[in-house]
Amino acid sequence: MEIRPILSAMRRNKVGAVLIALQMAVTLAILCNGLFIVEQRLSLSARPSGLDEPNVFVLTNFWVGNPPDLQARTQADLAALRSLPGVVAVSATNSYPLSGGGSSEGVKLNPEQKEPTAITALYFLDEQGLQSMGLKLIAGRNFNADEVIDKIGQDSQVPPTAVIISRVLAEKLFPGQSALGKSIFVQFQKHTVPIVGIVDRLQVPWVEGDSWAGSFNDNSTIEPYHFAATYIHYMIRTQPGQLATVIQAAQKQLYEVSRARVLEKAVPMLEARSNAYQDDRGLAIILMVVCAALLAVTAFGIVGLTSYWVAQRRRQIGIRRALGATRNAIVRYFQTENFMIAVSGAAVGIAMAVALNLWMVSAFAMQRLQIGYALIGAAVVLLLGQAAVLWPALKAASIPPALATRGGA
Amino acid sequence: MFTYYFNLAVRSLRRNVVLTALMIAAIGVGIGASMTTLTVFRAMSGDPIPQKSRQLFAVQIGNWDPQTKRGLFGSPDNLQPQLTYIDATALMKAHAASRQTAMYTTGFALTPPNPDVRPYQVQARATYTDFFPMFQVPFRYGGPWSAAEDENRAEVVVISTELNDKVFAGANPVGKTLNLDGRDYRVVGVTEHWSPTPKFYDLNNDTFGKPEEIYVPFTRAIESQMLTWGNYNCSGDVGEPGWKGRLSSECVWFQFWAELPTADAVARYRTFLNNYASDARQAGRFRWLPETRLRNVREWMEYNHVVTTSARILVLVSFSFLFVCLLNAMGLMLAKTMGRAADIGVRRALGANRHAIFSQCLMESGVIGLAGGVLGLLLTALGLAGLRALLSEDVGRLTHFSVADVSIAAALSVGAAIVAGLYPTWRATQVQPAWQLKAQ
Repeated sequence: MEIRPILSAMRRNKVGAVLIALQMAVTLAILCNGLFIVEQRLSLSARPSGLDEPNVFVLTNFWVGNPPDLQARTQADLAALRSLPGVVAVSATNSYPLSGGGSSEGVKLNPEQKEPTAITALYFLDEQGLQSMGLKLIAGRNFNADEVIDKIGQDSQVPPTAVIISRVLAEKLFPGQSALGKSIFVQFQKHTVPIVGIVDRLQVPWVEGDSWAGSFNDNSTIEPYHFAATYIHYMIRTQPGQLATVIQAAQKQLYEVSRARVLEKAVPMLEARSNAYQDDRGLAIILMVVCAALLAVTAFGIVGLTSYWVAQRRRQIGIRRALGATRNAIVRYFQTENFMIAVSGAAVGIAMAVALNLWMVSAFAMQRLQIGYALIGAAVVLLLGQAAVLWPALKAASIPPALATRGGA
Repeated sequence: MFTYYFNLAVRSLRRNVVLTALMIAAIGVGIGASMTTLTVFRAMSGDPIPQKSRQLFAVQIGNWDPQTKRGLFGSPDNLQPQLTYIDATALMKAHAASRQTAMYTTGFALTPPNPDVRPYQVQARATYTDFFPMFQVPFRYGGPWSAAEDENRAEVVVISTELNDKVFAGANPVGKTLNLDGRDYRVVGVTEHWSPTPKFYDLNNDTFGKPEEIYVPFTRAIESQMLTWGNYNCSGDVGEPGWKGRLSSECVWFQFWAELPTADAVARYRTFLNNYASDARQAGRFRWLPETRLRNVREWMEYNHVVTTSARILVLVSFSFLFVCLLNAMGLMLAKTMGRAADIGVRRALGANRHAIFSQCLMESGVIGLAGGVLGLLLTALGLAGLRALLSEDVGRLTHFSVADVSIAAALSVGAAIVAGLYPTWRATQVQPAWQLKAQ
């Protein structure tokens, strides 16, 4: 393919070519940054919580007034829930993963430390706690019944007798060695607490990836308490397939125990997940729609402008056909022309993509763009150009050679 | 002249329907995308109380050791956005501003009069009576409680019109009682629908959430040991257990606002705060001199990063998209103008000067911009509906189109189309009549 005639033709249509190249460049810059953000948000919302999500739901209970016998009421509720058919385990808790509300604390290895070694979320669970969430114990043991002590209200300050921590937290606290049997300081500066077990995974209650919680997403500590408070969550794990039935039965059962309460709508963990990540998923979908629209607009722009060029050069195309150029040659001419424009657009576009990303890194504390995204974006833009130019090019190829012999255009 | 050019433009655009449709579509889609995100952005960053945003100040006191880096927890200046009970009540007692209020978000279990209806939760704000005039809360029935009732920890409440509709079917409930957490509270007022966005007076809890449905005297809520439903942050040693420990701790959970109408009042309040801080140090409460800060509504929103990263990203992406759409429209306009070179040549030969040609072509751009703007507004409505479906309820509250947004959209699209049309128009004026006529 001769490139020189294409170049000289383009020189007469500088502005049009520059416009297309620029469009492709900006499209590429937005496309690869957009897809990068989409991928990040989607992988953020796919992080496992460590729970047996399909079979766990939460009932949040709020006692009317400030009843004095909170512990007795909580134990009565737990007994009632545990007696239901289809229930595997139930526990009361202060918080749960994906809920968005909970407590965090610094963990120290010795109380003199000025800065904590790690930040952790705190979950207060009894001996059915691991079972009720469906957590996987990978080392050590569950709490013994005598380790679980009363904790009434958020303000009561009884130090825990033992803790079970998540694997990620264990590795952070004791890198390269087993955390089992070691002691730590959590919340109470004067009491060391032994680590009796390690669970494979347990996410903190907060999900915002770019905020403070993102940095300790998997650092969790379970403390053995019979927790009772005016506002409390019941974690209920059911046998597979029993979730819907148990949700119905559980609410009825609790109202039979006492009516002086507010029960929030039951939240299956899968629903908690989709609620927690709704805005992340929403942003991902919006960005994908915008990227699709962008590609469409750019494609139509190429079709429009190339069609105009074809119309403008009907006479010349006719002459070329009359002089022996095949239809293929005409199609190839427009394809090569578009390819050259697209390559220069892509080169500028990659530079713009990197610049845009660097700016977002500094302005929004985003991650650096992987170069793979820029290359994929470039490939998409080149292919888009070729696809868009095909229809006007075919139209050009169908111009009859006889046109050259006629006068006028 | 204007109508003549307008008719010319419409006629010229109708001659090449496909090209015109493409141009209008390009501008319309670009405007639709950028207006959708701009609407949300403007709702997020808008001034929620324009008349008074320069007179209302959030107060901060550095009661936590500034040497301990809080990194992930802290704000850039290492100050906490909320206050302790000790500071909140001391500032209330000092009464150094013309109006001030300490407050926190909490909630009740409401037991309806009808025994067949189950109790339900209602979010409440514990505050002082100054809250209502300070933040210009409109009332439908009754009014705020009195300062004496603040003093006496009275069991009184102001409720929202929404809650009034639910419990009292919208009738005037002033003087009636509500059973909250098992106690009877007397209703003294009902607010009109009032929903400042963002909820600037409490940006640490539910920035874009709805206002609470019940207002209760702060002193009453503390007396009833009502826990905060918002952020509760502690540092260092835990004090004594129980409610008393909570009140005497360095844990922060209160917002504090002061109304300072003049620069003089602001300066005086600053001095007062600094004196308060250094007194507290002398009394042995701190080993450091606590910093104090006053920030007005706008500064407070900036400080708390009210506009989310997602919103900024979307605005950036959609305006780049608009830029691509404009490049596109410009290319198509150029094609169209060049296709009409012969036509323009004839007009020039018949006596039209460059200025006339320029105005005529610019009018064409304007008409395209107008049509694109109309399409853009339709697409914006569609886009906002899409956002409501995709995003959480709180963000969904930001997707309402105002008159200002419509005029921005119209101005933006006509302006954009004219900018895109400038170069093609200039090219049109360069057409040489003789050359064009000869080519015919």
